Amino acid sequence: MAKINLNGLRHAYGANPQADADWALKRLDVEWQDGGAYALLGPSGCGKTTLLNIISGLIRPTEGRVVFDGEDVTDLAPDDRHIAQVFQFPVVYDTMTVYDNLAFPLRNRGVSEDVVDQRVRAMADMLDLSSTLSRRASGLTADGKQKISLGRGLVREDVNVIMFDEPLTVIDPHLKWQLRSKLKELHQRVRATMIYVTHDQTEALTFADKVVVMKDGQVVQVGTPIDLFERPQHTFVGHFIGSPGMNVVPCAVDNGEARIGDRVVSTENAGAVPTGATGLEIGVRPEFVSFAEDGLPVSVTKVTDIGRFRIVDTSFEGRSIKLLANEGTPIPSENAHLAFRQDKTRIYENGWIVASEAGA
Amino acid sequence: MNKTVNQKAWFFVLPVVALVAFNAIIPLMTVVNYSVQETFGDNVFFWSGVMWFEQVLTSSRFHEALGRQLFFTFTILIIEVPLGVLIALTMPRKGPWVPVCLVLMALPLLIPWNVVGAMWNIFALPDIGLMGRFLNEIGFDYNFTRQPEDAWFTLILMDVWHWTSLVVLLAYAGLVSIPDAYYQAAKIDGARPWAIFRYIQLPKMKRVLTIAILLRFMDSFNVYTELSVLTGGGPGNSTTLLSIDLVKIALGQFDLGPAAAMSLIYFLIILLLSWVFYSLMMRNEEQ
Repeated sequence: MAKINLNGLRHAYGANPQADADWALKRLDVEWQDGGAYALLGPSGCGKTTLLNIISGLIRPTEGRVVFDGEDVTDLAPDDRHIAQVFQFPVVYDTMTVYDNLAFPLRNRGVSEDVVDQRVRAMADMLDLSSTLSRRASGLTADGKQKISLGRGLVREDVNVIMFDEPLTVIDPHLKWQLRSKLKELHQRVRATMIYVTHDQTEALTFADKVVVMKDGQVVQVGTPIDLFERPQHTFVGHFIGSPGMNVVPCAVDNGEARIGDRVVSTENAGAVPTGATGLEIGVRPEFVSFAEDGLPVSVTKVTDIGRFRIVDTSFEGRSIKLLANEGTPIPSENAHLAFRQDKTRIYENGWIVASEAGA
Repeated sequence: MNKTVNQKAWFFVLPVVALVAFNAIIPLMTVVNYSVQETFGDNVFFWSGVMWFEQVLTSSRFHEALGRQLFFTFTILIIEVPLGVLIALTMPRKGPWVPVCLVLMALPLLIPWNVVGAMWNIFALPDIGLMGRFLNEIGFDYNFTRQPEDAWFTLILMDVWHWTSLVVLLAYAGLVSIPDAYYQAAKIDGARPWAIFRYIQLPKMKRVLTIAILLRFMDSFNVYTELSVLTGGGPGNSTTLLSIDLVKIALGQFDLGPAAAMSLIYFLIILLLSWVFYSLMMRNEEQ
């Protein structure tokens, strides 16, 4: 188990990076607490896997240091870092039995057979693989194979961190949920630091205590699932997390008052907007928008029933604003007005939240 | 339910039937026809039953040719398969050298077979050939046209030079199809190079290697062109493999009956051995 620090990390795949676009990872400083369950969330190609491979030692970063428990491991090979990794596609040694697969990392390190046996059986028990121990690994289903990959990581006692690179991609939907709760359960039992890479917000939010959201090689926000939901630091986080995503509407701010078109909207942080700022937008989640007697006059364009509530699409001067309405809520057919919850309505400048007095 | 019956479909199968008939069935049946008849010339044939088959199967000439053939096939397999795998392992998986290596590897396969035979014949001539002369200069008494061991040495060397590339290319194809994640997982699991080979690369190459061994097995049983140009089966009969012997009987002595019977036996041996080998490999796969 270890605390992991990434100090001033940058990485480019090509030699001699010049332009900003050459960097696959742009300057990262992240700290991962010992025993935490983290998710790395972001769209495909945002640098998640690169970051993961840097931590595991499969890639050496162009700049910066990787520090485990105060010890600089940037130049160490993967097997000297005592990490485990579960890949997107299950990796099993086809010709070996499940038992031999689980024993492989231990035998490679010269662990004595009776310890191997004890560890392997304990691990098989934890992963519900006991009944298949003597079977050939190649005959197992995808989720069984993925459990073996996980088991090969956990079977070692000295593992600092376990990393998952979109491990549920090839798993059947009804088994995904099972495997995910298995992971959560395992985390509680072994208390190893776990880093889980995914582009699926449900996976990230259910697995992790803390989610690191990435975009274009940058960390946009690190926070608990609730932080990400209630206080997105960037309009991207607002969009990417939540279904439907946050409403982002261009606005103007004069004298501490935000306006959409010519209508004043009260927000949490309009007072903090510097004068002369450009690229201003109001961000508010559909959960915090409701119909009101008075407010932003809109026309309802579409209502989608998704079960427990309805998604209502409205339009104000050509700008689309979504809101969620409970089943009982009447939806006005004309003269509709919207109200935003002030403490959840924020101004973003060029995508980033404008820091308010309330603090970030 | 009523099925639509349209007999016109048979019409579309006709071209294939004609093609297969002309290139496989008719020639094969001609051979079968010859193998059960005796002729004294003038295109007059008599039924002779299995006489030719008995004659071929009991002749020491056939036994010797078959023995040499098996020796040749197993020797080249034992050399070419491990060597091919070894070369494939040393080839780069990515980068600008990949096409260069592939083209270099494919070169021997692109040379016409009789040219291969002629090249090696001249290359190995003891008085003027580069290799023959060199071997004699450094003290070996090397003469492949007179000494059977030298003829065998040259023959096997030629085959290895000519055909190892095929094994290399197939093994390489198997190797590059292994996803990077396997190597990464092995690194994390602390596997040494031998373990990586034994538990990742070899199992993943198994299918292509099965094909490579089958191809090399069948081709080496059928080897004719290079061999006939290089040694012509000599000196004496020392390198007379089945194909050379068959041509001698069929075209040299014009014994159509025995030659036909031998062809069929020859064909059945290849079929049988290939089938046994293939089912052994595949049975292993299913376990």
